[in-house]
Amino acid sequence: MSFGYRAKAMRATAIAAVLAAVGAPVMAEEITYVSGAVGKAVENFAALVKPWEEATGNTVKMVPMPASTTDQFAQYRLWLSAGTSDIDLYQTDVIWAPQLADHFVDLTEAAKDLAPTHFPSIIESQTVNGKLVALPIFTDAPALYYRKDLLDKYGVAVPKTWDELTAAAKTVMDGERAAGNPDFWGFVWQGNAYEGLTCDALEWVKSFGGGQIVEPDGTISINNEKAVKALETAKGWVGTISPEGVLSYQEEESRGVWQAGNAAFMRNWPYAYGLGNGDDSKVKGLFGVTTLPVGAEGDTSAATLGGWNVAVSKYSKHQEAAISLALYLAGPEAQKQRAINESNLPTIISLYDDPDIAAAQPIIPQWKDVFLNAVPRPSAPTLSHYNEVSSLFWSAVHDTLSGNGSAADNLAKLEADLTDLKGDGWK
Amino acid sequence: MTTASTSGPARAMGPSLQQQRARAAFWFLAPMLFALFLVAAWPLMRTIWFSFTDATGNIYDGKFVWFQNYVRVQTLDSGKTMYRGVFFDPKWWNAVYNTVRFSVVSVIFETVLGLVIALVLNAEFKGRGIVRAAILIPWAIPTIVSAKMWAWMLNDQYGILNDILLNLHLISEKIAWTARDDTAMIAVLIVDIWKTAPFMALLCLAGLQMVPRDIYEAARIDGVHPIKVFFKVTLPLIRPAVAVAVIFRMLDALRIFDLVYVLTPNSTATKTMSVISRENLIDFSKFGYGSAESTTLFAILAIFVSLYIWLGRVDLTGETSR
Repeated sequence: MSFGYRAKAMRATAIAAVLAAVGAPVMAEEITYVSGAVGKAVENFAALVKPWEEATGNTVKMVPMPASTTDQFAQYRLWLSAGTSDIDLYQTDVIWAPQLADHFVDLTEAAKDLAPTHFPSIIESQTVNGKLVALPIFTDAPALYYRKDLLDKYGVAVPKTWDELTAAAKTVMDGERAAGNPDFWGFVWQGNAYEGLTCDALEWVKSFGGGQIVEPDGTISINNEKAVKALETAKGWVGTISPEGVLSYQEEESRGVWQAGNAAFMRNWPYAYGLGNGDDSKVKGLFGVTTLPVGAEGDTSAATLGGWNVAVSKYSKHQEAAISLALYLAGPEAQKQRAINESNLPTIISLYDDPDIAAAQPIIPQWKDVFLNAVPRPSAPTLSHYNEVSSLFWSAVHDTLSGNGSAADNLAKLEADLTDLKGDGWK
Repeated sequence: MTTASTSGPARAMGPSLQQQRARAAFWFLAPMLFALFLVAAWPLMRTIWFSFTDATGNIYDGKFVWFQNYVRVQTLDSGKTMYRGVFFDPKWWNAVYNTVRFSVVSVIFETVLGLVIALVLNAEFKGRGIVRAAILIPWAIPTIVSAKMWAWMLNDQYGILNDILLNLHLISEKIAWTARDDTAMIAVLIVDIWKTAPFMALLCLAGLQMVPRDIYEAARIDGVHPIKVFFKVTLPLIRPAVAVAVIFRMLDALRIFDLVYVLTPNSTATKTMSVISRENLIDFSKFGYGSAESTTLFAILAIFVSLYIWLGRVDLTGETSR
């Protein structure tokens, strides 16, 4: 991280202007904010920005987008390539920073007081060549959901390794099926060929000690024995403890099976916690969460780092107001409100000890452990090639899981493809 | 319009009537031609142009690289020679195979089913109007909506299709339709046929209604078997209409995108030419390479249609029927 002091005076003036605007609204502006909309996001957003609107006299218009991060990315890329000034602020996925960095305003100076209060790893993920591209507004890290009641019923402990998970899932599944539920499965996750599979598979590989596909220094590390073992373990689940259909599941499909009470374990993001405890859920109050298992004793658990950030468009005509809104959204007040209302994980460290959040969402303080094991996807080292790297990786994994070639062959081929893509260096 | 210059030598002064009419016709057509140029020819030319550049992140920064996106010889450090580019890309040829397979199978099924439906609808029965309207519903539903709807119906755990098949004892365990490589294409085909057979039926019905009723009467008086009547009378007479319908469907099927994108977006068993070129254009921001794929797609479409018209002697101008 480099919080340079370049052009400090100039920036300071800009900040002063922003602060002045906050204090005494001179001219009301309408700021356009674009974001993917999941669950109650649209309604909650209006309430979230209300204090900022009142303080500055500006108004915020939210443009909702489809939930799929890939679809959002395609649209944002088109808008930004065309240099549109219609959108002032973009809600960006944690992996986009290197690919879209050129189109966003450097927030290093504007956030020089705010940034150090966040998790350093997240700020780092949004910093490209010393430029702070986006400010984190919430983070995401998946966990293992387990059915407390069923583990107790069959006398199984919460699994620590993937092998224990396989065995526990099988015991519970066989028991429940014998008890008359033929639709019961052991473990559901996200096996569709899409970005989500990259997340799931990165966790298996990393927790088996097989590296993180492309290492931070740009080395391609995926073709190794531990990664092969990780993928073979996962392949063993398909059709045994996991339904064959898991190969077409995204987050919502796996949550569907889980929330209908038809699975003993699930790998999913925090949002499933609040929904799983909703009144219409069959597993309400019956489940717990823990860190994802490891390959063997001594390995460390891995949870793929997700999360969303806010970036200010370089083409915005209201940059000062937009920066002020970005600072507000990434600040403690807005993050606290998000945590309480939407069970979104804050990125400001001190909020994990906040009593109000602990009272409203007891899960959040627990998630700090999950979060400490977060592993980033290789978006930083692979720069503009990340989407293709991810697509090659999830295709290799999906092929392995569906029985097209062995894990060893597919990973060797993946290594060759990645080497070819890298050429004489990632750019 | 080409006859203008050959028209009569009668007048030396001023343009002939024929010339005047041709000129007037040109001015009436001009706005349409201009609009067509703007929305069809210009984007096509741009795409072809981009396919000769190495444009990535910013489309205007690309350098002209001739045919490198199509064919490129690469010598590795090890001295090994590799052929690259769209023409040597196994992923592209896999997509071509998927698309052609999808198009041929879906168009055959849709034509046969459409014809059967059209024959039924052509018969006189009570409530025919309502049935005709009702059968068009699948066609009227936007593809995205029907694809999402079918995705839930095909869902392995709580999909209605598995439930029905299980209850009928046709399958012994739930099938993960969209997940398995061997059933993914079947799933896409089911949805496409469900959606598009009504459209084919409509086009066939239009052809059927052109057939003069007295021919059937004559056949009935002669005591010809109905099946023979269908093959000897009906089919030859509606052939031109069906042929045009098949071209439309084939063109449509060869560029299929939305259904696959929603139902099985990343399965190598169903990725079509359009899906893969969009992936390169947008997801990987390889504008040059993606444009080369789009251009190849255009060429393949053009070849397909020309072959079909030539082999099938399809009369698109409608002149012989006059």
